[in-house]
Amino acid sequence: MMNCHQATRLISESQERDLSLAEKLRLKMHVMMCSGCKNFSLQIPFLSQAMKAYAQGSDEASEDKAKN
Amino acid sequence: MTNTLSSASPQSAGSDVSILSDTAFLTDLRRQMVKFATLQLSNSQHAEDAVQEALMGALKNAKSFGGRAALKTWVFAILKNKIADFLRQKKRMLEANSLLHENEEAEDFSELFDHSGFWQGDEKPATWGNPQSALHQNQFWKVFELCLETLPGNQARVFMMKEFVELETAEICSTVGITTSNLNVMLHRSRLRLRECLENTWFLKGERA
Repeated sequence: MMNCHQATRLISESQERDLSLAEKLRLKMHVMMCSGCKNFSLQIPFLSQAMKAYAQGSDEASEDKAKN
Repeated sequence: MTNTLSSASPQSAGSDVSILSDTAFLTDLRRQMVKFATLQLSNSQHAEDAVQEALMGALKNAKSFGGRAALKTWVFAILKNKIADFLRQKKRMLEANSLLHENEEAEDFSELFDHSGFWQGDEKPATWGNPQSALHQNQFWKVFELCLETLPGNQARVFMMKEFVELETAEICSTVGITTSNLNVMLHRSRLRLRECLENTWFLKGERA
């Protein structure tokens, strides 16, 4: 069975490419049983979202500050 | 404050003047750009140059912008292009750096994973609840910047090329002079680190959210 190092690597790679069906199945098996990797799999897309919001996010932040 | 009010006016003529005379806004914008460029280029002189060029180019055309947000988005778009050009020219230099850092980072994983590759007890990712709400908090962005700065230079660079400059994987590899497999390793490491830093400095300090 896949370990957490391998699972997090695949989760990370899923941001760069489509995983194969076999990879998806092995990953799913692992994540079902591992709360740490399950949390990791939810956090990685968030990192990407946060990074993209970085410039715009600071905008909103400074506008909010100005309004108050 | 008065600048903020005048920029809210729908008259474009009024907002042009206010953007260019709003030194607080320009200073802050410049600071953010330098921070971003420095992470990307890991050379403060090159970063200053890129920011200067991007800012001058954008301010020349400040008339065509209705507000700060539009100007800022555009300035960052120019800065991204400048950085991408610069990185393409400096391919070889980066390649040498990447090799240098490869070994230093080899032992990272033993802190996170045990010898069979499973999470060490206290390193297991925790639940973050609803992380999206953090995106609207000023303090979160300060933590986010600090965490980005803790990434080793090359990891920060490829991570930002991927997620912020939004270059294609193939382009990042050819620009930095690494294989897809190298890139995947570096992105994996940078995500592990960034995640850990955000968890420890933000998401586990529950009271904020």
